[in-house]
Amino acid sequence: MLGFVLDFERPIVELEKKIEELKMLADSEHLEVKDEIQRLEKKANHLRKNIYSRLNRWQRVRLARHPDRPYLLDYIKYFITDFIELHGDRLFADDPSIVAGIGKFRDRSIVIIGHQKGRTTKEKIRRNFGMPHPEGYRKALRIMKMGAKFGIPIVTFVDTSGAYPGIGAEERGQAEAIARNIKEIATLPVPILTIITGEGGSGGALAIAIADRILIMENAIYSVISPEGCASILWRDASKSSKAAEALKLTANDLLDLKVIDGIISEPLGGAHRNKEGAAALIAEEIDRFLKETEDFDANELVRERLNKFYKMGIFNGN
Amino acid sequence: MKWFRRKRKLKPPEERKIVPDGLWQKCEGCGEILYRKELERDLFVCKKCGYHFRIGSKEYIKILLDGELKEQDTTITTTDPLHFDGYVKQIKETQEKKGLKEAVVTGEGEIGGFEVEFAVMDFGFRGGSMGSVVGEKVKRAILRAIEKKIPLVIVSSSGGARMQEGILSLMQMAKTGSALAELEKARIPYISILTDPTTAGVMASYSSIGDIVISEPGALLGFAGPRVIEQTIKQKLPEGFQRAKFLLEHGFVDTIVDRKELRDTVITILRFLLQKK
Repeated sequence: MLGFVLDFERPIVELEKKIEELKMLADSEHLEVKDEIQRLEKKANHLRKNIYSRLNRWQRVRLARHPDRPYLLDYIKYFITDFIELHGDRLFADDPSIVAGIGKFRDRSIVIIGHQKGRTTKEKIRRNFGMPHPEGYRKALRIMKMGAKFGIPIVTFVDTSGAYPGIGAEERGQAEAIARNIKEIATLPVPILTIITGEGGSGGALAIAIADRILIMENAIYSVISPEGCASILWRDASKSSKAAEALKLTANDLLDLKVIDGIISEPLGGAHRNKEGAAALIAEEIDRFLKETEDFDANELVRERLNKFYKMGIFNGN
Repeated sequence: MKWFRRKRKLKPPEERKIVPDGLWQKCEGCGEILYRKELERDLFVCKKCGYHFRIGSKEYIKILLDGELKEQDTTITTTDPLHFDGYVKQIKETQEKKGLKEAVVTGEGEIGGFEVEFAVMDFGFRGGSMGSVVGEKVKRAILRAIEKKIPLVIVSSSGGARMQEGILSLMQMAKTGSALAELEKARIPYISILTDPTTAGVMASYSSIGDIVISEPGALLGFAGPRVIEQTIKQKLPEGFQRAKFLLEHGFVDTIVDRKELRDTVITILRFLLQKK
C-alpha cells in the first residue's frame, strides 16, 4: 500500500500489515480472531499516537519530504471543481514546477497557485523536483494579478525545497523574479491565503507566500536554509542535518512561537501521506473559513494589515 | 603543460579581503603591488587593472555623501532569537573587530545637495548577512524616505539572509519587500547600488528592484552562490558568470559605473528623477 516507509514509521506499518494479514486469514478460514484484531488495532493506534507526538525536528523534515505526501494537484482533485490550469509567464516559457489556475471552491471563484513536485521519475524531472525557475514565479505573479484585477481571492500552496540554483535561472534573473513577487504581492488588493503543505524552502517558498493568512500543516517545515545546507556551512558535514534541523527551529510549532505563521492545520494521525483525503478535508475547512471571513473585505484595510503583519516580523533588542 | 596556460583567477569571495590594511597591498585582480595611500586616493580601485577592492560602509559614506551621515536607529541591536549555538559570541566578536554594530548603517545624508535616505551594507560584518536588525533598519529607512519624501539610495553587499536567525531572517525579505511596495506607491525614487558581492536573500528582496540599478564593475551578483550552482549542475561555470557584465547583458542591471564616477552618476540620476536643473 505504501511505497516508501520512513524508519520511525516502520513499527506502525509492520503492525498494520499484521492486522491486514490476520483479517484476510480470518475471512478465508472463518476463524474467530476478532478479539486479537481488536487488540492489535488498539495497539497500533497507541503506537501511532506515541510515535507521531514525539517526532524530533529532523523526523518532521523527512515527513515533510515524504514522497507519498499529497501535492497540489492531489488537493485540487479533492476540493476544486472546474479547475483550469493556466500556463506560461508570457515572457519566456511555462514552468511546470509551479501550477497556476482558476477554479471553484464550494461555488466560489478562486485563483490557485502552488509548487508541484513529481510522483514518477519522469514527472519529477519534468517538474524539476518542484524547484521553480524565474518563469515559474513570473507566471504565478501574472495569474495572481489577474485574480486581483477581478477581485478574486488567491490561495497558494507551498511545497518546494527551494528556487532552482542553475545557469538558466541566473541568466533569467531568479533573484529579481523573487524580489518582484514579494513586492508586488504585498499590495495585491484581494484576500490571499498561503498554506505550507510540505517543504517551505527559503526564498523559493517566500516568492508565493506573501499572504494575509499563512497556515502550515502539522508535518510541514519552513526554513531559511535546508538542514543539509546549514550543516555543510557550519560543520562542513551535510550528515549533521539532524543537528541543524534542531538549530533552525523550522517546525510548525516553532514557527507559531516565532510569530511567522498564523496557524497550524493538523494532519490525520500518521501524517497527510497516510490519509490524503483526510488531509484534503482539513485543508478545505481552512480555505472555507478564510473565504468566509474575508468575504466583505475592504481592499485598503486588507493591504494595510498585510503590510503591518510583515513589518512586525523579526526579533531584536531596543526600539 | 597545463600549468603554463593556467590563467590568474580571482580568489573566491570568502577569501577576498575587505579594506586592505598595511603599507603595501597586492591587487587581487592583477597581482600588482600597490601603495596603500595611493590606493586609498584611488578609492580602492587598482590603477593598473581597475579591480574594485571590497570596501565597507564607512568608505562608501565618504565616497558618496557630501558630508556626514545623520545615522538613525543605532539603538536596535541583535539578539539571539533561536538560541543558535555560538551566535551571541560571533556577533560580539565581529562588533569588536569591525567597530560596527550590524551589517547595515542607515540614516539621512546629502548627495550633491540632494537630501537622501541612505543605507549602506557592510560585507565585513558577517558577510553582510540580513537578520532581524538589518531587515528592520532597511525597512525603517524605506519608510522614512516615504515620510520625508526624499529619494532612497541603498548600497548593497551581502551573502544573503542570516542563517543564525533562521526563518526570521527569511521574513526580513518579506518585510523589506513590503516596504518597497509602499515606496513604489508613494512614487519615491529608489537607486540601488550593487557592490561585490550581492547575492541570495538580499538580492532577492530589495537590491535587485531599484528604479535604477547600478553595479560596480566585476561585482558578483545573483541568487544562488556559484559553488551551490556548480554542485547542483555538476559542471564548471563559465568565466564571468554572475559578474556585473553578465547581469547587464541579461538585462538585470541598468548600468555599470566605476567607483570614481559613482557619486557623479548618482547626482545626475537624482537631478533627472527629481526634475531639478
